[in-house]
Amino acid sequence: MDSNMRREIILDNYQEPVNRGLIGDESYLKVNTNSESCIDNLDFMVKIEDNVIKDIRFDGEACAISTSATSIMIQKLIGKTVDEVKNILENYRNMIYEKSYDKELLGELVVYDEISKQPNRVNCALLPAVAVERILEKLK
Amino acid sequence: MNREDFPILQQNIVYFDNAATTLKPKKVIDSMDEYYLRHTSNIHRGDYNFAIQTNKLYDHVRNIVSKFVNCDSSEVIYTSGATMSINMVVFGYMKNHLKKGNEILISKAEHASNILPWMKLCEEVGTILKYVPLNENYELTLDSIKKCVTSKTRVISLAHVTNVLGDVRDIQAIGEFARENNILFHVDGAQSVPHMPVDFKKSCIDFLSFSGHKMCGPTGVGILVGRYDLLTEMDPVFYGGGMNSSFESDLTYELKAVPVKFEAGTPPIAEVIGLGEAINYLMKIGMDKIHDYEVKLKKYLISKLKDIPNLILYNEDMNSGILAFNIDGVFAQDTSVYLNHYNICVRAGNHCAKLLKDAMNIRNTVRVSMYFYNNYEDIDRFVDALKNSKDIFNVVL
Ligand SMILES: Cc1ncc(COP(=O)(O)O)c(C=O)c1O
Repeated sequence: MDSNMRREIILDNYQEPVNRGLIGDESYLKVNTNSESCIDNLDFMVKIEDNVIKDIRFDGEACAISTSATSIMIQKLIGKTVDEVKNILENYRNMIYEKSYDKELLGELVVYDEISKQPNRVNCALLPAVAVERILEKLK
Repeated sequence: MNREDFPILQQNIVYFDNAATTLKPKKVIDSMDEYYLRHTSNIHRGDYNFAIQTNKLYDHVRNIVSKFVNCDSSEVIYTSGATMSINMVVFGYMKNHLKKGNEILISKAEHASNILPWMKLCEEVGTILKYVPLNENYELTLDSIKKCVTSKTRVISLAHVTNVLGDVRDIQAIGEFARENNILFHVDGAQSVPHMPVDFKKSCIDFLSFSGHKMCGPTGVGILVGRYDLLTEMDPVFYGGGMNSSFESDLTYELKAVPVKFEAGTPPIAEVIGLGEAINYLMKIGMDKIHDYEVKLKKYLISKLKDIPNLILYNEDMNSGILAFNIDGVFAQDTSVYLNHYNICVRAGNHCAKLLKDAMNIRNTVRVSMYFYNNYEDIDRFVDALKNSKDIFNVVL
């Protein structure tokens, strides 16, 4: 992907992320990600019904990378089954860490495929993945 | 000033993260190398020349500290840093002297290390933690302290200079007030002792904590100064070698005198020696001179930033080398990543002052913190980088 295109997608999702703002609904599972290595602090809430991700919402303060990654991730995951989500997240992690991954599966998330060149931003890109994984943990 | 003393500055960086840690002059590094290369040995009871030499250097640092902050050398305790110093005050002294219902005054602008130990004490002993309100400029005044004092107030514990906003508290007035009212006064000097004169006796301080690495010294060493009569009633937090004079199998033991009884185990010997060297170095420049110069740098910085739109400054008027700011609409960390592209080192975050958000309504800031080796050119480079900040996302994304 050319770098202007990449930047535009990230910036759009940073400046106008989807599903920002939490709602008072007890049927959602919630986590806070307050990562140790950076100052991003986002709350996530996820609604899972019949093994399908019905909704994801978030709020808080975070940098351009984490916020945009969260926004793109939310669009990617809503409507997927838990197993599909796990598969996407695994491929996403592989991409971030420069291992082989399925590009088709990730869609716009591939805008972060060079993030490993900026080691201090890797955790930013991973933040929504960590949040959703922690939500899935709660299902067990 | 004195840039040539700092080998690290030969690299092309602007180092503006001095509130986190400072750079080290070659002399300090050399003094520690000397210990490792020429007279490595433990302190306490060595009869060979290396050990005698080491012991002498090590012990002498207490005299250097006592001259530096005006206290007796028997009032100087070596610790691992300000954090350990404060924990010793809280768990070695306060825990045995405060009772349920006693009140402790701090502020929401304090560093975690001057909040969490007190919180833990409240949990254990039932003391009450009260926050002195900050005024509209996020400053703390003696008047607001007076309003919070009750007959149950036993302790005031405050940073002399806070690490996010760099506001300088009038510790002289607070100290005199505390002493008149029989309230113990702990000063967190982590951000002041490196940057301005601090007088333990004159300011009526009971306990003073600071760190070596924030004042041109090495990491791993710090100081607790305590009023001698209080130290005789303080318990060690750690027990072991070097701090006892005898112990028997029937559970009887005797500890050494103040201050050695607080220093169990092998201390950071090289670091103590390095800290002594750092303090001598600072005294030679002059603490008044350092403070005046930093205030001048800050004034210059503020005047330069006036031309840049979209900047939010949080502490223009505070008399220290610290500036907290944000670029409107840009997350603090994105700004610091951006500045890194220009080899400018700043810090973004809440700077360990997580309660300050209650008072300021803002959680994260970018912090510039200067020291005497910064110069006007550093500031010009920083300002130039910010001038281009409209393309910040072209750079950081
Ligand atoms: C005001 C203040 N107090 C205490 C500390 C703790 O110092 P250290 O981490 O060296 O123990 C710091 C460090 O940032 C500080 O800024």
